[in-house]
Amino acid sequence: MKTLILGIESSCDETAAAVVKDGKELLSNIVSSQIDIHNIFGGVVPEIASRKHTETIVEVIKQSLKEASIELKDIDAIAVTEGPGLIGSLLIGISTAKSLAFALDKPLVGVNHLEAHISAIHLQDKIGFPFIALIVSGGHTNLYLVNDYLDFKLIGNTRDDAAGEAFDKGAKMLGLGYPGGMQVDKLAKKGSANAIRFPRPLNDKSFDFSFSGLKTSLINFVNKNGVNSDEELNNICASFQEAIVETLIKKTLNAAKKYKVENILIAGGVACNSRLRELSKENIETKGFKVFIPAPNLCTDNAAMIAALGHYRYKNNDISDLRLSPYSTNKVNPKSYTS
Amino acid sequence: MDHNFSFIVKNQAETKLAGRLITKYTEAGSVIALIGNLGAGKTVFTKGVAEGLELEEPNSPTFVIMKAYEGRIPLYHFDVYRLSEQSEFEEIGYEEFIYGDGISVIEWADKILDVLPDGTVIIEISNFEEVDENARIITVKGKKEWLSLYKNMAEQAFQILKK
Repeated sequence: MKTLILGIESSCDETAAAVVKDGKELLSNIVSSQIDIHNIFGGVVPEIASRKHTETIVEVIKQSLKEASIELKDIDAIAVTEGPGLIGSLLIGISTAKSLAFALDKPLVGVNHLEAHISAIHLQDKIGFPFIALIVSGGHTNLYLVNDYLDFKLIGNTRDDAAGEAFDKGAKMLGLGYPGGMQVDKLAKKGSANAIRFPRPLNDKSFDFSFSGLKTSLINFVNKNGVNSDEELNNICASFQEAIVETLIKKTLNAAKKYKVENILIAGGVACNSRLRELSKENIETKGFKVFIPAPNLCTDNAAMIAALGHYRYKNNDISDLRLSPYSTNKVNPKSYTS
Repeated sequence: MDHNFSFIVKNQAETKLAGRLITKYTEAGSVIALIGNLGAGKTVFTKGVAEGLELEEPNSPTFVIMKAYEGRIPLYHFDVYRLSEQSEFEEIGYEEFIYGDGISVIEWADKILDVLPDGTVIIEISNFEEVDENARIITVKGKKEWLSLYKNMAEQAFQILKK
């Protein structure tokens, strides 16, 4: 019998809803930024993230059901992001999910946003367990050892800034605006990655990351030398990006070797970075590992991944009650954290 | 009226120490507003605050705007870098935390100073390249009585900047 899960995501800037069948088939995947908000609100666009969630969430859910050609009553369970994220934003997704669960008398399943980034891959590829997962985004840079659909062991984390944040703040320093990760990626293609030797942060045996020092060294470099031409700007972007990407790849590869896995997953918004994709082929696949990267719409924040993980939690009877509450920082069982 | 004094920190470890020392004079409900450029050391200072409160080490809250760390006295670590105006800070329901039972530390607080409560401690971290690219000048503003306590402590650990 088929199982249909409605996923709801509102942990940060995006309001999203999706319907997933049997944990692997994507029936719809709606993100608020795709919807013409002007049309819904007659030209008045709410500016604030959490208000934006309140005002778009119902429309986003409706759209996700419509595209999946199902009705609310066909849903088996409602999965929702419980954290980590911005509390005010998370609350909107959670309250909506609770209301639906209560009104429809359907199970409610709270899921972890970062673990869901990992589950996104099941909507696209068949990946063999165990595997190492690098989750890299604007807010997170985490390494997991994934033993099964619901067995996630955190082995590394960022001690300060996330990789995506380093990209964005670096871009800001260079006058490229926010969010700037894509700008850096674009300009880096025209520059030389070896022009400037930025430090490779936390180049040690741990699986933790640190990008704050790299950010500072970029700032110091720009303060001292200035940016005197487009060519120089391209070189700075390429060199800065190389320092981030090389570090991500190296630690991921080290983890794969240590835990003797064959498969590696790279997911999260920064997995869209073209140099990261390139280097994962050059530096990882050539060493005999297989690299999996979800499609861009499954890498950036989305609700399909929430529904995917929700499916496996539902099947495992990990049902939440109506007291489900949001959390801002990643909940980790200290015993499972080994680095 | 708020008073102020400034001192020099030579490196990140000292910035962190300055954060740790401030927790000796803060209590539930205290608000610390951090002001400084990218890379000044605002998150490093906050790591010191968390150490002083015996909490886990915080990392950057830029993306999610606020991270809460539970402990004997909780830490609410805000970063309003991504907010474009003060009204957005009001929209995220900051009062619940700022007027709550923990210590609030707010990075990029210059964007939202007007809404912060009376008695907020303001910490400005600025570069001090004349000395070294790792050195910073930390200026502390706050109520006179509170400030003299922190100054006495800071005098023993750091070089106070003469006006």
